[in-house]
Amino acid sequence: MRRGLTLCVCVLAVAMLLSTGWAKEPTIRIGINAPLTGDIPKVGEGTKFAAQLWLEDIKAAGGITVGKKKHPVELIIEDNESKAESAVKVTTKMITEDDILIMVGPQASKQAVPAAGIANNYKTPMITPWSTNPDSTKDKPYVFRACFLDPFQGPVVANFISKEFKFKKAAVLYDVASDYPKGLAEFFRKAWEDINGKGSVVAYESFTTKDTDFSSQLTKIINSGAQVLFTPQYYNEVALIVQQAHQLGWKKPIVGSDSWGSAETIKLCGKDCYGQFFSTHYAAAGATGETKKFIDRYKAKYGYVPDDVAALTWDAMLLAQQAIQSTGALSGDLKKDRDNVRNALSQVKKFQGITGEMTFAGKNDPSKCAVIVKISDAGEFTYYKSVCP
Amino acid sequence: MAIFLQNLVNSLQWGSFYALIALGYSMVYSILMLFNFAHGDIFMVGAYIGVGVSFGLLALTSSGILAIPNWLILVMTILISMFLTSFVGMIVERVGYRPLRNAPRASAAITGLMIGIILETGNLILLGARRISFPSLIETATYDIGGVFLTNKKIMIVAVSLLLTLALHQFIRRTKWGMAMRAMSFDFVAVPLMGVPVNKVIALTFGIGSALAAAAGILFGIAYPVLDPYMGVLFGWKAFVAAILGGRGSILGATLAGFLLGFTEIFVAMIFPSTLRDLIAYSIILLILTFRPHGFFGEPYSAQLRL
Repeated sequence: MRRGLTLCVCVLAVAMLLSTGWAKEPTIRIGINAPLTGDIPKVGEGTKFAAQLWLEDIKAAGGITVGKKKHPVELIIEDNESKAESAVKVTTKMITEDDILIMVGPQASKQAVPAAGIANNYKTPMITPWSTNPDSTKDKPYVFRACFLDPFQGPVVANFISKEFKFKKAAVLYDVASDYPKGLAEFFRKAWEDINGKGSVVAYESFTTKDTDFSSQLTKIINSGAQVLFTPQYYNEVALIVQQAHQLGWKKPIVGSDSWGSAETIKLCGKDCYGQFFSTHYAAAGATGETKKFIDRYKAKYGYVPDDVAALTWDAMLLAQQAIQSTGALSGDLKKDRDNVRNALSQVKKFQGITGEMTFAGKNDPSKCAVIVKISDAGEFTYYKSVCP
Repeated sequence: MAIFLQNLVNSLQWGSFYALIALGYSMVYSILMLFNFAHGDIFMVGAYIGVGVSFGLLALTSSGILAIPNWLILVMTILISMFLTSFVGMIVERVGYRPLRNAPRASAAITGLMIGIILETGNLILLGARRISFPSLIETATYDIGGVFLTNKKIMIVAVSLLLTLALHQFIRRTKWGMAMRAMSFDFVAVPLMGVPVNKVIALTFGIGSALAAAAGILFGIAYPVLDPYMGVLFGWKAFVAAILGGRGSILGATLAGFLLGFTEIFVAMIFPSTLRDLIAYSIILLILTFRPHGFFGEPYSAQLRL
């Protein structure tokens, strides 16, 4: 008995020695916090696919080279169910149990804002590819984003409508229970009233998440004399709002924000959405260079044109990669490495992403341009105009 | 005036759904003294079955096996889905409620909640989380009548729901099965002694309630063609409010209360800022209940309920 035990210990000791002797460089774990189920599953799918496409490249190269060492990479993809509380849970789990170096996601502001608080508390860098709400990165040195901000998109759309159509009166319809539309609606109203004077937003109507009937709000809007309707909603609501507006006799333009830019929008909305405009991060139709290369690869692999979430996630992954590489070397001490990656991220300058050039220069929000997209009569998102700050 | 009429039309359509779903709650309650909390989710299941049936029929016509126009597909979709969903309702009763018929009411009530969750998550697993759009079987035609916009779909929705309510009313008043239902709502203990097959009547009640919910689901899919597995939850709650407001077990009451709920929601949003819609709408309902605690047609101080 005794001898058996000794033998066991010996074998174990040798095995441990061998394993440490043969071990490769420590694995870099990157957390992906995505809404794979829940309200916006298509967003989660785009996130996952883009991240996996990136991982393919890394695997082909044998890992990420930091300094002179090649580190293998592992993605921890977790579902936040498109809920704020699940996003918090998933974030905590990935940081404390999975030992991730950096987290990409969550996408929607509803999940990104609370998750950002957690990541910042644990001093773990996080890049949210898609969240445009200022609160995601505000006073959170460890949180970055790969897109522009709500306050930027509001004026961009207001400017675009005033200049393009010369309209003076606008109506807004938004979800009061969701951070993103609410924030954007407020910024739009402010910008519009700065341009066209007080009271030029003639109808400012709202509803709550899960509502499907907007007839009374739309009736109000139609009778308010508005020349254009701005509705910064997600794709499922966009379909219902646009269809119902047309059924109630609205024939004027409807303008949206980057949340329209999902492959699902056209599928659900159909012909009613043709000819409408929205502001977004990139336009698939008419893309060139690296952007086109990404679109072609994604399409070949998954069978459809990637939406902006996928493109921004791709950029976020590359941003993370660049930041990790520019730390020079990974110490293996997670706390120190996370700090180094954070510092490297904040120093990124002129990063050539597929959604445009990004510069952080000490800030947590990049400066970049927005694109106005027109939905063509074939249901494609076509590039219409670029608007820079 | 045009705004008022337009909102009247809007609320007629919106109220139709509440009315149809409230009927199912009301029928089950009058017989079993039980609120079938899974009813909102049966509405959802009905809508999804409707999508499946209509896609099936569309596939049959496009492959040339059936030669029928689209409006007939719609009619057949409604009928077939109502028939299929009634079985879902009966299965729910058989599996969920019958074993607990003599259990405390609270157990039966939470059974309903659990079945609801099972139906929602089951759908989530079966079809995934992506939204499903209801096939547009008929082209939307918009009519402008003096500034009031009507669509052929709106007219159809209101007409079909009124027709179904009327049919249910006749069924309960005129048929032997209807009489059995009415009898059971009077006295659950004595009726079986008279030789009425209680289990069959209860199953039928669930079946009819579910069929109406399926009809509501399909009409909903036509008006708001974006379906998701959780669409029935909030709807179920609100229709439940309508059932109570109508007076427990009253067909006429449930229908009226359903439409009233639709009117309240739409007109509150018309007069007040739309942010306050549900807050004000349901405060009004609460106020009505304060003065009429038994609803419109409920009998005060009586264990006896009418159907």
